[in-house]
Amino acid sequence: MKAVTTFLAQDGGFWVLTFVKIALLLFIVLTVNAYLTWFERKVVALMQSRVGPHRVGPHGLLQPAADGLKFLFKEDVMPGGVDKFVYLLAPFLALTLALASLAVIPFGPNPLPFKFFGHQIDLWITNPDIGLLVLFSVTALGVYGVALAGWASNSKYPLLGGLRSSAQMISYELSMTMSVVGVLLMANSFSLTDIIQKQSGRTIWGVLPAWNIFSFHGGCPQVVGFLCFFISAIAETNRVPFDLPEAESELVAGFHTEYSSFKFAMFFIAEYTSMITVSSLCAILFFGGWNSPFPTTWTVTHYIPSLILIPFGLWVLFDGLKYETIFGKLILPGLGTAIAGVGALLLAGIWIAPLHDVNEYIQAPFWLLGKIFFFLFFYVWARGTLPRFRYDQLMNIGWKLLLPVSIANVIVTAAFVLLRSAP
Amino acid sequence: MSPALIVFFLLAALSVIGALSLILQKHPIHSALSLIVVMVSLAGLYLLMGAEFVAAVQIIVYGGAIMVLFVFVIMLLNASAEEHTSFSKLAKFGGLPLALALTGLLAAAMIRNGGAVPNSATPDALAKTSDISLMLFSTFVYPFELTSFLILVAIMGALVLAQREKKT
Repeated sequence: MKAVTTFLAQDGGFWVLTFVKIALLLFIVLTVNAYLTWFERKVVALMQSRVGPHRVGPHGLLQPAADGLKFLFKEDVMPGGVDKFVYLLAPFLALTLALASLAVIPFGPNPLPFKFFGHQIDLWITNPDIGLLVLFSVTALGVYGVALAGWASNSKYPLLGGLRSSAQMISYELSMTMSVVGVLLMANSFSLTDIIQKQSGRTIWGVLPAWNIFSFHGGCPQVVGFLCFFISAIAETNRVPFDLPEAESELVAGFHTEYSSFKFAMFFIAEYTSMITVSSLCAILFFGGWNSPFPTTWTVTHYIPSLILIPFGLWVLFDGLKYETIFGKLILPGLGTAIAGVGALLLAGIWIAPLHDVNEYIQAPFWLLGKIFFFLFFYVWARGTLPRFRYDQLMNIGWKLLLPVSIANVIVTAAFVLLRSAP
Repeated sequence: MSPALIVFFLLAALSVIGALSLILQKHPIHSALSLIVVMVSLAGLYLLMGAEFVAAVQIIVYGGAIMVLFVFVIMLLNASAEEHTSFSKLAKFGGLPLALALTGLLAAAMIRNGGAVPNSATPDALAKTSDISLMLFSTFVYPFELTSFLILVAIMGALVLAQREKKT
């Protein structure tokens, strides 16, 4: 009772702060989602020796905006004979649950240096003791979005897609949950911030950072656990090579065949948001979260963000000058100057103390976002290179390979934890 | 009324409405959806009592796994809306009196204790996950192991039944 009562008795400042944070996170995540589609199309195009989107704006950068507008203005078709309530509920459920899971992801250890009406501003919306369980319960409910969409459409292909996806998601949820037990044993906590905190420091004679994937600290390296987790998580988000619920060569578009205009967009956004969640989970659970890969005594590595930002900004600047449109001539060089300027300011932290502090502060979010970006790239990479599994192969991998292997991982890790903790 | 009490009544109303809707809905999928509402609002009630772990597990196991199986089976069989029949004899002579008796019993218990229904002695005992696991593996280790054994037997039973169907 205590925790909930104190939570409900917060003053107005807390609620305002929380709502502002939620709005900000939603804005950022939805924008990132839009540009993730652009990124995916560009990278896949690169892998297939194509150009990718390049008509709307320089490098096709306005394509996501154009797509969004198109989704809004398309005719909203509702097929005859659908179960109206469930048909409308399904995309709503998919999107809300996918976005809700972002609330428990922490983006940095230190609160901002100023306060909001006496409330410290943490870099997360909420940080419950059962953070990981909250994520899993949201994922567990996420199946309904897909399953109900398939059922409510009153059409055979969506129904098949919905059936496939519910079977697939039940199967892979098991191995996904099992594969993180090793991490939980090592961290001794469900709280995501605790799990990250445990991974600071060095392992193997100080050669490698003490991330769960390398660490012998109170356990053994979770390489197997990570592989099981990532494969199951890809299946859980219905992405290639496990995208059987929407296998277009067999099922037209699977569960969202009968959804048009913005309702389709809601499924789309939900899928990309869960990709972000899974990538952050991989980074947090296995790759040290916001911990830098370098020893904490190295302050030189604090200038890595500048070394990325300055060349990138200059490239955007000179690239923009090549265009003849207003967008290219004005906005791109402006953006490039801004990016390079921020990089230069951070670099100036060598001499100016307050900037040095700023630079130190952004290290944690920088490394976490960098890792998340890597896993997002991995998703796209997999999509560009791997063929889809057959349905029986999918079930075999889930039940006969991933589940036993992840259980074995739990046993081995538990043995190591026992050995390490024995006096 | 304290905010916690308001949240309690909201969740309690939601679970009662969900349970009523579960019985009154004609289509099996709608009934299953109502049951999910009940499960999730129950999880909210657990959370209100400070049992975070139990709340999360309630959603994962009941709201997620079990109800997904229900929905899956309903979708697989493509069950359509069922017709409501009038009271069967069993419901009329067995069910109604039993329901009335249960309601009476609960009401009597509430009236006798007045407003002061005693709380659990240790309200925060379930707050920490490690405390729950310690309790499970020390005080309640025999019931716990017995339950897992029971589940194992049930799994094997299901497997045997499924295999037998295949052979014929």
